Amino acid sequence: MDGVPIPKDFLLPLPASAGDLELALVLLFLAHILFVNLMVGGVLLSLAFEIRGLRRPSYDALAKKIAATVTVNKSLAVVLGVGPLLVINALYGLYFYTANSLTGGAWILIVPVVISAFLLLYLHKYSWAALADRKGLHLAIGGAGATLLLFVPLIFLANINLMLFPGRWLEVEGFLSTLALPNVLPRFVHFVLASVAVAALFLAGWLCRRGFDFETALPGLDRSVIKRELLTVVLAATALQLLAGPLVLATLPPHGLSWLLLGNLAVAVSLGIAALVLLWRESSAAGPLSARYWTVVVLLGCTVGLMGLTRHLYREKAITPHRELVAAHTADFRAAALGAEMRLAAGTPRIGAGEVVASPGERVFRATCMACHDLDTRRVGPPLREIVDIYADNPDGLIAWVKAPGKKREGYQQMPPITMQDAQYRAVATYILNEVFSLPEATAETG
Amino acid sequence: MDFPVFHLDFLGNRMLIALIAVLHVWINHAFAVGAMPLVTALEWWGYRSGDDRWDRLGYRVLTVCFVVTTTFGALTGVGIWLSTSLVNPYAIGSLIRIFFWAWFIEWLVFVTEVLCIMIYYLSWKPMARRKKAHIAVGVALSVASWVTMAIITAILGFMMDPGSWLARESFFSGVFNPIYLPQLAFRTPVAMIAAGWLALFLAYFFTRSEPDLRRRSVRFIALWSLAWLPAAVAGALWYWRAIPVWMAGNVPVALGTQRFAAWYDQLLTVLAAMVVVVFVTGVFGVVLPRRLPRVALLVPFALTLVLLGSFERVREFIRKPFVIGEYMYANGVRVADLPLLKEEGVLHHATYARVREVTDSNGVAAGAEVFRLSCTRCHTVSGVNSVTDRLGGLYGPGAWDRDTVKYYLVGMHTARPFMPPFPGTDREAGALADYLVDLQRAPRPALGAQDVGARPGAAGPIGGGEEG
Repeated sequence: MDGVPIPKDFLLPLPASAGDLELALVLLFLAHILFVNLMVGGVLLSLAFEIRGLRRPSYDALAKKIAATVTVNKSLAVVLGVGPLLVINALYGLYFYTANSLTGGAWILIVPVVISAFLLLYLHKYSWAALADRKGLHLAIGGAGATLLLFVPLIFLANINLMLFPGRWLEVEGFLSTLALPNVLPRFVHFVLASVAVAALFLAGWLCRRGFDFETALPGLDRSVIKRELLTVVLAATALQLLAGPLVLATLPPHGLSWLLLGNLAVAVSLGIAALVLLWRESSAAGPLSARYWTVVVLLGCTVGLMGLTRHLYREKAITPHRELVAAHTADFRAAALGAEMRLAAGTPRIGAGEVVASPGERVFRATCMACHDLDTRRVGPPLREIVDIYADNPDGLIAWVKAPGKKREGYQQMPPITMQDAQYRAVATYILNEVFSLPEATAETG
Repeated sequence: MDFPVFHLDFLGNRMLIALIAVLHVWINHAFAVGAMPLVTALEWWGYRSGDDRWDRLGYRVLTVCFVVTTTFGALTGVGIWLSTSLVNPYAIGSLIRIFFWAWFIEWLVFVTEVLCIMIYYLSWKPMARRKKAHIAVGVALSVASWVTMAIITAILGFMMDPGSWLARESFFSGVFNPIYLPQLAFRTPVAMIAAGWLALFLAYFFTRSEPDLRRRSVRFIALWSLAWLPAAVAGALWYWRAIPVWMAGNVPVALGTQRFAAWYDQLLTVLAAMVVVVFVTGVFGVVLPRRLPRVALLVPFALTLVLLGSFERVREFIRKPFVIGEYMYANGVRVADLPLLKEEGVLHHATYARVREVTDSNGVAAGAEVFRLSCTRCHTVSGVNSVTDRLGGLYGPGAWDRDTVKYYLVGMHTARPFMPPFPGTDREAGALADYLVDLQRAPRPALGAQDVGARPGAAGPIGGGEEG
């Protein structure tokens, strides 16, 4: 794998078995994406119905009703995102963080962008009555919120995509270049269609539920008409997936594909097509929602679940070869680090060419004191000559000072207390008081 | 070392996390932990006195809290994760493996809290005829918010107890460390007071046309804040006095440093300032509610932010030089890997180094790489905690001596116990000194992988500027 970076893995055990974490990831992520879909789709549908309400005012109240569901769904989308984020960090941290760093600017922009989007959506919702006569402005606020919100999945998709392809890690330069990777934009289309479908399906059930006084809440609208319209949206968006889906599959680098994955996908698509047929029947049937609605919900739920599993199968297959290289590299590194630790403990560390071989006291001096103290001239602190004058024959006094320096000299910086082992204090005091000015050369360099 | 290096050369990477985290803590304390009981109290007072205006005021204050916590509050919480994964990925990836279940529990608690606030806020009007039940929801939410804080403070304490997970592997020894209870005793009243000043500020806007309600509400809320003041003083002093005791048992090296002493004194000053301001404005608000100037309301509110921020800093400070006690240094180098890196070099073992070997002619370029790999988690070139400022403080504005800088780099962890040891060979220390001395001559920012990618040997800028 020439040109493929091989980092070393985290050297700590996973908090649970990989299988359990993978299962948790698939399930928690589905819960998160469900509410993300409800949020994004809800915002788009609310805007669409508000635009429709410009000509047929009774739709305006429907748009507002939909916006109210977004308030709850968007907060659940955020808080339910943290769980899968935690699991993906644990399972795929090496891959995920690499993608995060390479798209870092956009990655951290998620925070202000989502905050701004949510604030605009609140403004949109709470200014509904106040801006009733200025619909253009009101729609612009909602539109700005929706646009910002749609930017966020793009960032996540770029990361989720880039993390699977270590061969691309050295290629990309910043977020925009990761967007150009083949799979990102098709997946974005796939996601937006899914959001619209999921939200419309939910709204059909929510607005047509028993116990909801539709006629009072939404005067001028007919429940079965709204049901039909919403289900037609589900039908259209899901049917379009039959185009978007193959595009996503075709643009995926093939090394993550497998027969298991394709078989899985085939089952998912078949269930989806069955759901489409039922949707078509339900949307063309008059009257309230029938039991068919729930069959559709279950079928599409299974489709989405299987898609989540497919995604996971692809991820595992795509990174397994790289993971094996990482594991081998990590083992090598670990052995080398252990060797160096043992050499250090035995007092025989390997020393590079041109490095210093010195007495123990000189080693301590070079490592600890030399940055501030020279032999004859003032650096940060006074030169050693003056120190020798003060502490000649009094190493204990010197050590006591080094451990807890007293009042600083006029015009000098205060010396910090130096923490080391007792033998090191002793060695460096001996070096300063007895060696440094009596040896022929202060330092000896080896070839 | 194992990740492309994200770097913000002006703000500084740690400052990015600090800004997000302090904003999050402050919103959590003022707008949630403190505000929920205060709003419930306003609602209850309206119910008891039969005066609907209190109910409306409570709802308006709650609306602001709802909007702020579900936008800034929630997203800064997520932002802590997003930023730590950029700033120190190897550290956060390791921490997640250690503290996964603690964070998982924390997440479940957060989900509960979000559900609670949704229910309380969105059911305010639908439950208008069942006030008693709704007030009970408010009480439950207040308790849940406080429990959230108590659990998360425990988890923070657990994580801040360096080495306990290694040595004892005991969750509870970490949770019930000596600063847990003082910390909780401090955070609780500060949250209540912060919420009081927030509500006072808001009440000014919401009662513009109702001078009578303004007078009463200012008095009510000022009394609320004053009532919590003695507890805040006691809690803060307890916490303040517990810090050295706790540190002595955990990080002996840090205790002696002058920077800690300075910070410790400064903290007491901030504390005293907060007490005085809260007391004076509070008494003023109770006695002369009509005369209290609006700007006076912002000062104590801002001071609570400063105070919380100062106390959050202690957690960062005492960790040093580690990010995970005894296991990993702040720059992401494992303690156990240090001997190997000192023998063979950080450039040799980094996944994304643009220069692999220090030669006689590439000192500055190699040094720039060593800097990016070993120093940029905490230092910038020209922004917050700038490396040139730090060296300038030591060696002055005159041209620095390359060898002096090199010796300083090799030994600084002994004189500056909060610094990690230099994680490379002698030649790499020399190259880093070459780079730093060159930076003094020709300042230019260091760029991160988010801008220039991670390609080794890329023709792109090295350390932000062409070499030589």
